[in-house]
Amino acid sequence: MSSYFSDFASLFEQFDVASAFWVNIQLTFFAAIGSMLLGTVLALMRVSPITSMRWLGAAYVNIIRNTPLTIILVFLVLGVWSQLQLNLSPDFNKNFFRYAVVGLAIYHAAFVCEAIRSGVNTVPVGQAEAARAIGLGFLPAARLIIFPQALRGAITPLGNTLIALTKNTTVAAAASVTEISALMKSMIEFRPDVIIAVFLTVAIGFVLIVVPVGLLTTWASRKFAVVR
Amino acid sequence: MSSKAQNVLFDVQGPRGRMLTLIFNIVGVLLVAAIAWYVLAQLGERGQLESSKWTQLFTARSWNNFFIPGIIATLRAAGVAVVLSVIFGLIFGLGRLSQVAVIRGISTVVVEFFRAVPVLVMMIFFYLGLGRTGLVQPTETPFWAVVLALMFYNGSVIAELIRSGVHGLPRGQREAGLVVGLTESQTLRSILLPQALTAMLPSLVSQFVVILKDTALGYIITYPELLASGRRLGSGDGNILQTLLMAAVIFVVINFALTSLAQWLSGFLSYRTSGKTKTPDAPAPAAPTPAK
Repeated sequence: MSSYFSDFASLFEQFDVASAFWVNIQLTFFAAIGSMLLGTVLALMRVSPITSMRWLGAAYVNIIRNTPLTIILVFLVLGVWSQLQLNLSPDFNKNFFRYAVVGLAIYHAAFVCEAIRSGVNTVPVGQAEAARAIGLGFLPAARLIIFPQALRGAITPLGNTLIALTKNTTVAAAASVTEISALMKSMIEFRPDVIIAVFLTVAIGFVLIVVPVGLLTTWASRKFAVVR
Repeated sequence: MSSKAQNVLFDVQGPRGRMLTLIFNIVGVLLVAAIAWYVLAQLGERGQLESSKWTQLFTARSWNNFFIPGIIATLRAAGVAVVLSVIFGLIFGLGRLSQVAVIRGISTVVVEFFRAVPVLVMMIFFYLGLGRTGLVQPTETPFWAVVLALMFYNGSVIAELIRSGVHGLPRGQREAGLVVGLTESQTLRSILLPQALTAMLPSLVSQFVVILKDTALGYIITYPELLASGRRLGSGDGNILQTLLMAAVIFVVINFALTSLAQWLSGFLSYRTSGKTKTPDAPAPAAPTPAK
């Protein structure tokens, strides 16, 4: 039994688990920013008075939400990168990393948009009517009155999207990024006898990342809830 | 749903508003057309618009040898995973509602653990682990790895759906059951659970969409599903961009049908249960973890 653990511990000298997890955290960070920006614009389009914008936003959400993330990433790397020769960075590894961030942002923007839209639904109609009554147009009303309240009402679904994004960064393996799931695969292939311990290490690593985000979301959604 | 969101932000438009909307509509259409033109021009420059690359998508050879076997493999894995995760979800969902604290505790740990672990990590684990056990044929290992990983993850999500479905029923339902002399577990089985299951059916169908989408992860562990067969076809014939696009379109069509079914169900079933059938406005890309 003790040799099992020393075998397992020796794996950590050859494989850098911490820096692989760090890649996942970086992917999460950049993709979260990207999907938040794109998702907010999409949400604005979907609630705007302009028919073509609403239609475009709805089409984006419905198509992307029903496409597997794996296809988006494989399409970006095998289709866009290798067929169209579109380089996002001269550095080989950085190029794949950026493609993974773009793919993750494109995919999760659809969910961010829906989260914000559900937040908009929590804002009472009277708020928008009051905004119009004091003479604000669509964009000022959205920026000053509706979105600040909608974002606070959308904290829970946004937090859920962030958790899903964190877990989905493992799919970046399909875009040739060496993150934790790819590292886990080579660790198990190198030492198949300690497979259970390797799996539990990675799994518990994710539990340790995901559970605090969940608790933080719950805390934030209570703390920033709009009292009505 | 969307009409309500729209009414929040703007009024019925007057002549000036309608004029502005028209102008912006034209600008929007022109913008989309410009982007489409640019993309097409770029594609054309790199020889991606050659008709042979696109017509090949619609030949009998592509469908008989690649797309249809791919669709069947995807649907097979998704179908088995759906059945197994519903069973898993029922067992652990009822476990979380159990009167016995130990069963409740174990079910909670199992459900919370499998919801936090990425599906792909589980898939790789089963893919490399099942081969060592010798329980399944080597050729069937990728299939069972996909199915088991999907079962553990989505089963846990369904367990949560069942629990929240039962908790979402009006309190009077349980009280009425107890008042007419049913025991706690009889009330759960014959009063609460049937209504909770009806109420959660739309969310359940939405979860099936997640299962179907996640079968595409099987591509990474060499399961020959739709994405993998699209890639094989494309790399053989040099039109990978087109074949991957086709695979995506097939996925979107199937999932869109399932999503529409979920929306229709939530309206249809609302008369048959005292629970809420409405799916949340923003179904998260995967399970909402902390719904406390």
